[in-house]
Amino acid sequence: MVRVLPVLNVLGVVLTIFAVAMVVPAAVSFFMDDAAQHAYDEAVLITLGAGLGLWAATRYDRRELQPRDGFLLVALVWTILPAFATLPLIIFLPELSFTDAYFETVSGLTASGATVLSGLDTLPPSINFWRTFLVWIGGMGVVVLAVAILPLLGVGGSQIFKAETPGPMKDTKLTPRIAETAKGLWGVYALITLACIAAFKLAGMTWFDAVVHAFSTMGLGGFAAYDASFGHWNSPAIEVVAIFFMLVAGINFATHFVAFRKRQLTSYRDDPEAKLFLVVIILSCFGIAWYLLGNHVYADFWTALRYASFNVVSVATTTGFSTTDYNQWPIFAPVWMLFLCCFACCSGSTGGGIKMVRAVIMTKQAFRELKRIVHPRAYIPVKLAGQVVENNIVFAVLAFMMVYAGTIISLTMLMAASGLDIVTAFSAIVACVNNTGPGLAQVGPATTYAILTDFQIWLCITGLLLGRLELLTLLVVFTPGFWRQ
Amino acid sequence: MKIVILGAGQVGSSVAEGLVSEQNDITVIDTDHQRLHELQDRLDMRTVFGNAAHPSVLAQAGIEDADMLIAVTQSDETNLVACKLAHSLFNVPTRIARIRATDFLENERIFSPENFAVDLVICPEQILTDYIFKLVQFPEALQVLEFAHGKVSLVAVKAFQGGPLVGHQLSDLKQHIPSVDARVAAIFRGDRPIVPEGDTVIEAGDEVFCMSATHEIRQVMRELRRMDKPVRRVMIAGGGNIGLRLARALERDYLVKIVEHNKRRCEILSGELNNALVLQGDATDESLLESENIEEMDVFVAVTNDDENNIMSCLLAKRFGARRVVSLINRRSYVDLLQAGQIDIAISPAQTTIGSLLAHVRRGDVTQVHSLRRGAAEALEAVVHGDASSCKLVGRRIEQIDLPKGSTIAALVRGEQVIVGHHDTEVKADDHLIIFVTNKKLLPSVEKLFQVGVGFL
Repeated sequence: MVRVLPVLNVLGVVLTIFAVAMVVPAAVSFFMDDAAQHAYDEAVLITLGAGLGLWAATRYDRRELQPRDGFLLVALVWTILPAFATLPLIIFLPELSFTDAYFETVSGLTASGATVLSGLDTLPPSINFWRTFLVWIGGMGVVVLAVAILPLLGVGGSQIFKAETPGPMKDTKLTPRIAETAKGLWGVYALITLACIAAFKLAGMTWFDAVVHAFSTMGLGGFAAYDASFGHWNSPAIEVVAIFFMLVAGINFATHFVAFRKRQLTSYRDDPEAKLFLVVIILSCFGIAWYLLGNHVYADFWTALRYASFNVVSVATTTGFSTTDYNQWPIFAPVWMLFLCCFACCSGSTGGGIKMVRAVIMTKQAFRELKRIVHPRAYIPVKLAGQVVENNIVFAVLAFMMVYAGTIISLTMLMAASGLDIVTAFSAIVACVNNTGPGLAQVGPATTYAILTDFQIWLCITGLLLGRLELLTLLVVFTPGFWRQ
Repeated sequence: MKIVILGAGQVGSSVAEGLVSEQNDITVIDTDHQRLHELQDRLDMRTVFGNAAHPSVLAQAGIEDADMLIAVTQSDETNLVACKLAHSLFNVPTRIARIRATDFLENERIFSPENFAVDLVICPEQILTDYIFKLVQFPEALQVLEFAHGKVSLVAVKAFQGGPLVGHQLSDLKQHIPSVDARVAAIFRGDRPIVPEGDTVIEAGDEVFCMSATHEIRQVMRELRRMDKPVRRVMIAGGGNIGLRLARALERDYLVKIVEHNKRRCEILSGELNNALVLQGDATDESLLESENIEEMDVFVAVTNDDENNIMSCLLAKRFGARRVVSLINRRSYVDLLQAGQIDIAISPAQTTIGSLLAHVRRGDVTQVHSLRRGAAEALEAVVHGDASSCKLVGRRIEQIDLPKGSTIAALVRGEQVIVGHHDTEVKADDHLIIFVTNKKLLPSVEKLFQVGVGFL
């Protein structure tokens, strides 16, 4: 049986650390001298109190976590942390309902970028910082971070690590110790983020904007500090930097890690997923540019390519920045972009969706079945980069796909039943489950999720969490067998 | 020569058999009493029971006086350790080991004298694979053998009615294909060898051995028989070590189907192979063969461990219409029974692999030996040393050399140059001579030619 108390104990520790993380925007607020300073004092104190209280109350129940406990911990962390993260928002913006604030922080932590807030330009800088900071932490994973800095999680750490890391094959440890792996991944993530900040600054942003948008870019979140998103600058240089780092963040960080450790680029060549990811996205950019040109959206090819590539990369990598209201483009383009965001990102990246590797396995499995009809006695393995993919992984991927499709369909139905038009309902759910952010029609890039009712917002929150934790990790907590002896 | 053989398995016992018949003192070590008894009953040799990697066992086998160690146990590790011990404890001059794992084979340094001290690494599976690979490349040939690192090839072809040279004298070959320098090294009519002369007439049904530069082999074969269309589809029965290696070698250029009975093995095969189609089932299961279009196969190769299975599946494949069937057959009596019958080519693993060992047993600087016609004949490549005063070969034209009747100097390799042997070709020092010997009994006198005599003046 799952032992709740030891899990709560670890949750207390994680909450305490989260309170410490909240000091960062408080410091930002202090130095920038903005209007939100008082909000953080209370928020930090409440979170710290809750964390320490939980830890103290359960300190005699401390035990090494079992694999099953890991799932519960991950589920709790991902639902409770955003609740505390809403504190600065609610305190500073009293008119903001808890539902909307919770949606905002869940969307941030799951690195989605769907927002209910408008008038971002006028918000205090520290609030925008807090939103994107959540994206950055959530992008690589809160629990992964905890595993990296908390040796107390012990052996169970690897189970928790697996529960949070996206992708179907999680058994490849990069280093003998899971804590070292977590540290390595976070180190690489932080380093690339620093590079991204510098690049944004060089391309013409202010330091503050560079930091905030680098967080949002690397986490493939999509929160921006301006209502016009990247359209605010209208600068090709900044767009190129953003495109580059979105693509970097869309590749498996384990691949980056190996490249950093060996100090050579061969690991990218050996990663079939990364290659396919880049090929699919680059072809789509040119295809969409050509399509837009053909439909006379833009007058010349280079302008078309500029807007197509930024927005295609942004949506396909599940980021959700925009430089224009692509909702106005002929319908094929945004639908294709939304389709890409379902599968384009690599496993182990900060992006969402099915992940490229699952899509590849699915396709290969389909061709295998076709081949089997011709050769009933043949042994045809599904292979990735010359390695055989075990059948149980293929089955797991199939189950994942089924649950994924089921989730999208049922949530869309509920959205539609609650009164939304089908395009908005469907695109909002697709954008949430894939952690992309903006959808189409009423929730398109030029609008926000604020028009949705509370019920619809809760449906979206469900989609966001399910998508970020890759469905099964979260759903398993709701199965009776999980709680039984 | 005193030779210690480790391992009395298939390779070990056939090597022992081959070497005993050449007047060598053989001792075989194995951990299987039964097998040792059988071997000792059959052959004139000594057997020792025990772990071949233990120094005491090696000493008991008289390794101190041995001239050669041939380590062919099932385990690569045992073979390596035995070679190392033979080198550092017992000073055995020549050490040969059978190594299967590609992990070992990939790194040459493992075998250097300061490491495992292996003089010659043999991999019977690889030799067989190369052998069969050649037969797929040249489906008209009965056998294709390479010398001097592949520069020269000896090909055995069955002459068919319709080949331009069939029914003609050998001297016509030059007029038929003036651009190609080739030489008929031997002709077997039935079982009788014929020494080829200019006026010898080739008859349909003759087995003709031709020598020429490797890239000209096809043109030579065209003279002896109508050429088939090139091979595209290959079916392999049996996914053991040989089947896997063969499929891997063929899968890039041919459409390969491989049939294996064991399900677990099928999984491994399908993991290792990228283009070949792995089929689970029995190679003698006619419904499987039929559903996989056996009638369209250009070559069917049976390489399972079981002779009877190989033979039956080949016969079945032939009846269903496979163009050419090749079978691996271990038992010598079966080979004699089946060659040139319904089965196009019967390959004896022992005969095929023993050549690389024989090169080290021969006196003189012999670099390559190929056993032919079930060991009755032999083609060998040897290096000429010395000068006109110390060697009977240097500075002489081929017609002046005192070769025993039944043996032919088929070709010379001088550096990179391939010279096909004619009566007026002059032999120089450091030439590689490729000699065809139709009868093994002639070997000692051929070997003697290559020995540099101190007292010869």
